[in-house]
Amino acid sequence: STITEQAQRTDRPLRLAVIGAGPAGFYTSYRVLSKLTNAHVDMYESLPVPYGLVRFGVAPDHPEVKKCQEKFDEVASSDRFNYIGNIAIGTSSPNLPFNPLPLSHITPHYDAVLLSYGAAKDKKLGIDSEDTLKGVYSARAFVGWYNGLPEYAGFESQMLLDSAEEAVIIGQGNVALDVARILLTPVDDLRKTDITEQAIEALSKSRVRSVRVMGRRGPLQAAFTVKELRELLSIDGLGFGGVDPSFFPAELKTLPRTQKRVSEILQRGSKSPYVPGGKTWDLGFCRSPAAFLPSESDSTTLCAVRFEKTTLSDPIFSDKAKVTGTGEFVDVKAQMAFRSIGYLPESLPGFEEAGIPFNTKWCFIPNENGRVVKPAKDDGSAAERIPGVYTSGWVKRGPVGVIASTMFDAFETGDAIVEDWVAGREFMGGKEEKHGWEAVQSEVKNRGLRPVNWEEWQKIDKAERERGQKVGKEREKFVTYSDMLSVLN
Amino acid sequence: HNDLTPPRPGEELKVTFIDKDGDKHTYEVAAGDNLLDIAQSNDLEMEGACGGSAACSTCHVIVEDDAMYEKIAEPSDDENDMLDLAFGLTETSRLGCQVCMSKDLDGLVVRLPSMTRNLQSSDFSKK
Ligand SMILES: Cc1cc2nc3c(=O)[nH]c(=O)nc-3n(C[C@H](O)[C@H](O)[C@H](O)COP(=O)(O)OP(=O)(O)OC[C@H]3O[C@@H](n4cnc5c(N)ncnc54)[C@H](O)[C@@H]3O)c2cc1C
Ligand code: FES
Repeated sequence: STITEQAQRTDRPLRLAVIGAGPAGFYTSYRVLSKLTNAHVDMYESLPVPYGLVRFGVAPDHPEVKKCQEKFDEVASSDRFNYIGNIAIGTSSPNLPFNPLPLSHITPHYDAVLLSYGAAKDKKLGIDSEDTLKGVYSARAFVGWYNGLPEYAGFESQMLLDSAEEAVIIGQGNVALDVARILLTPVDDLRKTDITEQAIEALSKSRVRSVRVMGRRGPLQAAFTVKELRELLSIDGLGFGGVDPSFFPAELKTLPRTQKRVSEILQRGSKSPYVPGGKTWDLGFCRSPAAFLPSESDSTTLCAVRFEKTTLSDPIFSDKAKVTGTGEFVDVKAQMAFRSIGYLPESLPGFEEAGIPFNTKWCFIPNENGRVVKPAKDDGSAAERIPGVYTSGWVKRGPVGVIASTMFDAFETGDAIVEDWVAGREFMGGKEEKHGWEAVQSEVKNRGLRPVNWEEWQKIDKAERERGQKVGKEREKFVTYSDMLSVLN
Repeated sequence: HNDLTPPRPGEELKVTFIDKDGDKHTYEVAAGDNLLDIAQSNDLEMEGACGGSAACSTCHVIVEDDAMYEKIAEPSDDENDMLDLAFGLTETSRLGCQVCMSKDLDGLVVRLPSMTRNLQSSDFSKK
C-alpha cells in the first residue's frame, strides 16, 4: 500500500507548498493528502479568500458549478492542510495592498512546490485604440467586477452602462457568452445570485439593448458550449438575430455530436421573437477585429468597432477550418466593447533564480504530467526534471478548460508528486526535514504581512452570508481587501 | 459521503463498476439510487463536483452493454450539454448522477473512464 511504500522511502512527511487556492491547488492537494497519509500542505493565496475563479470567474447565475467548493472545504478541514490567505508569492500583480513574499523565502522550507496560480492577466488584441478609448474593456475586468474581485472594485465608474445601447463582445468562448448573458438578463433575475450589489446597482441602470458577439471563424469553429448558448437563447424577451444557413452543411447528421447540437440550437433560434429595436443579441461570424473607432463628437469615446471580413478555408464544416482576411472591412456601431479572447498566465518573479522555466510564447510552465521540466532541446537532449517543482491548472496547460478538466489535470499532477516521493526521487533542498509554515511565518510577520488562516476565512464567509441574508441572496461579497479584513479586526 | 439506504430483502438490484485499473466492484443497491451516490458511498474514485446537478461532467460513466444503455431513460438537454465536455466521450456515455437504478437496470455494468487529456473546442475560454 502507499503507506508502507512511503515508510520505506522515509519516515519524514512530505512538505508541499501550494501557490494559488483555485480548483487546481485544491484538487492537487486532495490527491496528495489522501495518497500520502503523512504529507503536509501549506496553501498560499494572494487574496484573503479562497477558490480562485470559482469565486471570481464562474458566473453568479451558475451556483451549481460552485458546489465544488464543498470539496475544497473538506480538503481544508484536514489537520495536515494549512491555508495562508492574503499572502502573494513573488507576484507583481497590480493593486496588491501589500508586498509579495519572494518565492526564494518559501522554497527552502519545503520538499516540493506546486505552481497552481492560474492566469491573472488577459490577452490583448493589439489593435488601434484598445487601451485608450473610453468604452473598451476587457471581459476579465467586467467579470472580475461583477464577481467582486478586489482588483476591479469601483470599476462601475468606468462603465458606460447608463448610456450605451449597443455593445460588442470580441471573442466567442464561454466567457464571452457569460458577459453577454449578464448584460442581457433581466436584473431582477440576478438579484438573488451572489453578484455584487455594486453590479446590480449599475446593471439596473443599464440601457444596453443589443449585444453582438463577434468571432473570426464560423459557428462550427466557435469555442462556446451548448449550455451557455441555450441559456442565452431562452432569456425572456431577448431575441436572437439568427445565423446565415450557409455556415451549416445541408445534412447536420454528418457533423460530430457537439457541432451537430450547436447547429440545431442555433437554427432553432431564441424562445422570444427577434424584434428590431427590442432587446436582441447576435453572433457575428467571420469578423476579425481591426480597430476601435472614436466618436466624431468626442474623440476619447468609442463609437464603433472595425472588423475585417474573413473567409473560411476548407474543410469549412470542420472545427479545423482556418480563416483568411479578405481586405474588406465593416464597422459595427457600439458604445461599449469587451475584449474576450482569453486569460493569460504569467511567470512569477523569482522563477529564473529558482531555475523554473516559462514558455513565454504559449504562456504556460513547461511540464510533463505536472512535473516541471526544462524542455527537451532540438539537439536531442532530453527534458530535465526540476526536482520538487510541479504545476497544475491553467498555468500548467494554458488558460483553457472547465473545472472538470482542471480537476483531472490536477489529479495527474498529484499522482506525479506521490509517485516521485514514494520512488525516492530528488526533491528540493536535500534530505533533511522541512518545517514549512512554521519556519516561514516569522519572516512573514517581520515583513508586516497579515496572513489569513482558514478559520478567519470562515469568519469572512459567515459575514458575507449574513450580509446576503438581509437582502435575500446567498451572500453579499466584500469587494475590497480592507472590507474582507475588517471582519477579523 | 452520502449514505445509501440498504435495499429491502428480495429487492436488491446489482450494479457493477469497472474502475480505472480494470477491477470490478459489484454492489447490491435499492431502486432509485443514482450511480454517483452508489460510487461515492462505496469509496470508488468518482467525483461529483457539482453535487449531482448535471453541471460538471466529473461523474461520467460508460455503460458497457448497448442493450442496457437503451433501457436507461434518455438524457436531458442539461445532461447532454455536460456530456459534450466529458473526457473520452463514447456512444454509451452517461452522467452517473443522472442515472437512477431501477428494476430494468438490474445487472448494469459501467466503466469509469480512464484519465486522458482532451483539450478540444469544448474548452472554457477561447484559445
Ligand atoms: C469567466 C470564467 C467563467 C468560468 N465559468 C466556468 C463554469 O461555469 N464552469 C466550469 O466548469 N468552469 C468555468 N470556468 C473555468 C474554471 O474557472 C477554471 O477551469 C479553473 O478555475 C482553473 O483553476 P486554476 O486553479 O488553475 O486557476 P484559478 O481558479 O485562477 O486559481 C488560481 C488562484 O491563484 C491565486 N494566485 C495567483 N497568483 C498568486 C500568487 N502569486 N501567489 C498566491 N496566489 C496567487 C489566485 O488569486 C487564484 O485564487 C470559468 C472561467 C472563467 C475565466
Ligand atoms: S456530479 Fe456534476 S454532472 Fe454529475
